Amino acid sequence: VKNILIVEDSASTRSLVKTIIEDLGEEFYVYEASNGFEALKALPTERFDLIITDINMPDINGLELINFIKTSELYKNIPIIIISTERSEEDRKRGLSLGADAYVTKPFKPKELQETVLKVLQK
Amino acid sequence: MSASLKEFISEAEEILSEAEGYLVQIQESLDSGPDPDKLNALFRAVHTLKGNSSLFGQDDIKDLTHRLEELLDDLRMGRIPLDNSVIDFLFKEIDLLKATIKTLETKKKVDLSQEIREVDEFRKSITSTEKDTSLKGLIDDEILKVLSEYEEHRLKENIKNKRGIFILEVILPLEGFDEQLKAISEKIKSVGELLSTLPTTKDVPGGYIGFKLLFGSEKDSEFLKNVLQNEPKLVYAPKPPAVSADTAPPQKSIETIKSTTSTVRVDIDKVDRILDTIGELHLSKGMIKDVEQQLRQIYGYSDIVFEIHRASQLLEKRLTELQQNVLDIRMVPIGQIFTRVAQLVRRYSRQMGKKIELQIYGEDTELDKYVAEEVVDPLMHIVRNSIDHGIEYPEERKKIGKSETGTLVMKAYQKGNHVVIEVEDDGRGINRKKLLDKALTMGLVKEGVELNDSEILELIFTPGLSTKEEASDVSGRGVGMDVVKEKITSLGGYVDIKSKEGSFTRISLTIPITLAIIKALIVTVSGHEFAIPLTSISETLEIDRNLLNSIEGRLIYNLRGRAVPIVSLKEFYQLSDLELSEITEKFIVITGFEDRVVGLLVDDLLGAHDIVIKSLGSYFEGFKGFSGAAEIGSGKLVLVIDTEAIISETLLRSRGENV
Repeated sequence: VKNILIVEDSASTRSLVKTIIEDLGEEFYVYEASNGFEALKALPTERFDLIITDINMPDINGLELINFIKTSELYKNIPIIIISTERSEEDRKRGLSLGADAYVTKPFKPKELQETVLKVLQK
Repeated sequence: MSASLKEFISEAEEILSEAEGYLVQIQESLDSGPDPDKLNALFRAVHTLKGNSSLFGQDDIKDLTHRLEELLDDLRMGRIPLDNSVIDFLFKEIDLLKATIKTLETKKKVDLSQEIREVDEFRKSITSTEKDTSLKGLIDDEILKVLSEYEEHRLKENIKNKRGIFILEVILPLEGFDEQLKAISEKIKSVGELLSTLPTTKDVPGGYIGFKLLFGSEKDSEFLKNVLQNEPKLVYAPKPPAVSADTAPPQKSIETIKSTTSTVRVDIDKVDRILDTIGELHLSKGMIKDVEQQLRQIYGYSDIVFEIHRASQLLEKRLTELQQNVLDIRMVPIGQIFTRVAQLVRRYSRQMGKKIELQIYGEDTELDKYVAEEVVDPLMHIVRNSIDHGIEYPEERKKIGKSETGTLVMKAYQKGNHVVIEVEDDGRGINRKKLLDKALTMGLVKEGVELNDSEILELIFTPGLSTKEEASDVSGRGVGMDVVKEKITSLGGYVDIKSKEGSFTRISLTIPITLAIIKALIVTVSGHEFAIPLTSISETLEIDRNLLNSIEGRLIYNLRGRAVPIVSLKEFYQLSDLELSEITEKFIVITGFEDRVVGLLVDDLLGAHDIVIKSLGSYFEGFKGFSGAAEIGSGKLVLVIDTEAIISETLLRSRGENV
């Protein structure tokens, strides 16, 4: 079983990402968080194998979330994929330097996201 | 129209009306300078709409929103000035988008090329303002690296506007941290601009989460301290202080951990130290009472005796209050424990492929922190057993006419000085025959000995007995209910089990609310003093020899028509060398509750004392029948009787088994 947490403030993007990942197979469980707070609350409830996060979110942004996860003894080994737009290249760079493992640029093709997910999970 | 397109349209409409709201607010506050929070929210709304349109293949909407996003980005980054003409333009664009989205319900694609060009032209018409300075060296790198480009821009703006930059550190319990954090954020927004909320686990204990809140404000530290109830750390001062160098604000990173809530977290050891002192004060109080008594014998009821009596009464009253208050500090709601167990239920039920609905009652019931922590493992164990052995697989449940989803109930309530925690599942119950067969093969029960139902159920607490043949992932080999019982017993509690085959199993743990300071009855046996916790005593009585009988070598007392097994403590602890069959004791202390009751023979009852039980230490490990030692005044030590151990052993013995 692979538990995957999606952190994204847009409901429709979230459900799209969820569908794309669930298409990978039955062993993929997708959990949703619509902001950084929900992500922080979800973390202790499940052993996540992967976190997919947007960067531009209110209150706690994706970078702050990545920094939290990657500096936490408990969670630092959870791989992170950033989903961001081409526009936010600078933010994406910061995310990667904070320890995020990969990124996907919006708009993306389902295949592209799936491949990135599988690649990151394999590592 | 596809379901996902419908979803896109409805979210887009929502986003646009939100955006319109932000724009109205920005316009209203334009004179006092645009509100950066609202401008950023507007940017984010358009950004989200752009992302959604690209995912749903609405290329023209995407291109238009992309242009608008760039325009808003320039505005929020301060690259171009915000004025009424820009706001009017944005209103027009939002209206356009609204209308366009509406047409999607009937049309598949829209052509917005003309509108896109218009935005491009509008942007070109605005002259950009110059770029700003670097933050390097001004603010700690640790903070800079997690700021998004926008947050960094806001930070620069704050510095440019001669505001101080502060960091407030808070540590909040994971449970409900968001509400508390929102309250703190609101306070910060009332005195400045919140720039970044950075969560951290560094130097934060388990069950808590830390946050660094970066904000800019024109107010000084003293003022902020009053509003925020905590002093934020100044990380950048707007102007160099005119005073001497010593008072220059520190610019290094932050070591203090501060909380803005009215809660303090205290090491339980510190509370224990207070309790120790209270225990000693109780001893002093006893000494004063002794003196009072002696004075009364000498002077009778004279003024001075009365004075000292009043003083000692007052001392006792205040001491009890103090003790209660300290004990309250140690109290935690059992909900904290239930939450942890609930996570386990969710995880294991899924692992096992079982459907389980968890119901929780009485989560506000309070009990001592120490007791609560000690009860976690046994509780986890019981719940695991319920999921693993109790609740059936969905198909199986369906076949026997139960609902596919099993129910697991966790309930807690207070009962006198005890807390009862119940775990009940509506699973297959305990199979008596299997249990008994196993006990027979293991030689735990002698062939031919008749056991009643509750005695058979009690067998589940025997070490090494599991009714499930193979080990499972969830509860592992051997159910280990004996471990559960041992733990609960060591806390001075007891375990009760009720079960109906095919329908339910309910396990109740009855545990004392606190172990810190308890009342105990001091008794004497063969000249030795012992303490018996009042929580485990149901009554004391003078022996009526006519009611005491010996049946097959075992003593039974007729307590209002009920046969209660009697234990001679003299014999149990081997205090007397003499093999005396005659009973010289005068009193019986009835311990235990409900169907687990045993009477203890004692010579005398000396009265109740508040005691602080101390562990006997590893040297006395394996020493049966004592749960610890306590000081009861004038440096005198007494052993505390472990009534549960005596009850268990006596009831087992009376069942005719070898122990």
